Amino acid sequence: MKFVEDVKADVTTDIVYMMCPMHLLKLEEKIRELDDGQILEIMTDYDGALEDIPGWCEKTGNEFLGISETEDFYKFYIRKKVKRK
Amino acid sequence: MRKRYFDHVATNPLDSRVFDAMMPYFREDFGNPLSLYALGTKAKEAIENARAQAASLINSKSSEIIFTSSGAEANNFALRGIALARQNEGKHVIVSKMEHHSILNSARFLEKMGFVVTFLPVDKYGIIDPDMVKKSITKETTLISVIHASSEVGTIEPIKEIGRIAKEKGIIFHTDAVAAAGNIPVDVKDLGVDLLSMAAHQFYGPKGAGALYVREGLRIVPLIYGGIQENGRRAGTENVPAIVGMGRAAELAKDEMADRTEQMTKLRNKLIKGVSDIENIYLTGHPKNRLPAHASFTVEFIEGEAMLLLLAAKGIYAASGSACSSKALKASPVLLSMGVPSNLAQGSIVFTLGAGNTEEDIDYLLSEFQQVIKRLREMSPYSKGWGMKGEGGECTVQK
Repeated sequence: MKFVEDVKADVTTDIVYMMCPMHLLKLEEKIRELDDGQILEIMTDYDGALEDIPGWCEKTGNEFLGISETEDFYKFYIRKKVKRK
Repeated sequence: MRKRYFDHVATNPLDSRVFDAMMPYFREDFGNPLSLYALGTKAKEAIENARAQAASLINSKSSEIIFTSSGAEANNFALRGIALARQNEGKHVIVSKMEHHSILNSARFLEKMGFVVTFLPVDKYGIIDPDMVKKSITKETTLISVIHASSEVGTIEPIKEIGRIAKEKGIIFHTDAVAAAGNIPVDVKDLGVDLLSMAAHQFYGPKGAGALYVREGLRIVPLIYGGIQENGRRAGTENVPAIVGMGRAAELAKDEMADRTEQMTKLRNKLIKGVSDIENIYLTGHPKNRLPAHASFTVEFIEGEAMLLLLAAKGIYAASGSACSSKALKASPVLLSMGVPSNLAQGSIVFTLGAGNTEEDIDYLLSEFQQVIKRLREMSPYSKGWGMKGEGGECTVQK
């Protein structure tokens, strides 16, 4: 797993304690709302997200930047892909 | 014999307009709201419409409403969900002695898990002193939960003042508004609460539908694990007809609140005034700050259960304290916490009025109630001075 520090997110969504698969539904919903190249921060306590979110990024072509950890939850950073013109 | 129902705090009959709104969702529009085809999306839209209606009743955003199966579930969810979500910050929770069992027993569960719980005392009217709340706060306190209005004695608590204290100290504040929401104006922003519980059947909606308001941005640990219903915070396939009914009932309660309050207050005052003509009977709860449809008393020398049975034989349905306590023939912990002596607390009787009641009902009740009391006192050894006379309560003496 790639750990990152001081990533400046454009949008943050807090889904700590929300049940699986909310991490994937919120990820999709929030990425759709972002502009190309913007960074999303997702806060979740769900361990399964450690596999699911990088996997989703690989499948959809968005860039998984990495995670940072707090005592209670993870922060995931995803950069929205830039569409070719 | 005509049945006269004076137990609206136990539950209400369903408003026929609510029933009509619910009906399609039992049969033709029976879909699962998570299904992607039209039957599912129709059910999902119905739930979201109900969410907006319920939110409007308490002036919250739709996204801040989580539907539950009952007020009790909402209370369990709030207490456990916030205490657990914040346990790294502290393990002290404050509740009052006026709370419903769904709060008191959740608090006792937290105690078993290692939390420290303060049970706040109350005055003779059942009022919680906001200063007492302030003094009970420690560095470990993460949650305060105080009932909005008591179903047992009708007293309305100083929620706004307590909300202000909680906000100053940065502590999460929950109120159990099951008896209040839909019956008196409840505005979560004005009250300054972070969480609020309500139940549809308290305002002519169906049983099996409740809601917890959770302020936006607040983390809460789920009570029921499973799927992604209610935004991943409360699992289980939604009870669509009941939720639709709750929404419609909330809409009607909001639209008709002023008229209902005026009518209920008038009938309640007539009842309290009439009862004050009977000797050795005391109003419980606050004389002014009380629910508009609520009249509760303790009657000296006789037991609540005996009164209920004789009244029921005359077609009058009332209650004796909370449903749980009266079923167990136990003196009400709420009355005891208000300083009512245990023998007097056994003579508790609660009349709660509703849309079906008329002035003629109140006249009939007053007439029959006097006769029931007279008959029971003639049989009671205590009324003849066998030991309990003279231990009168501290509650308001009507006569």
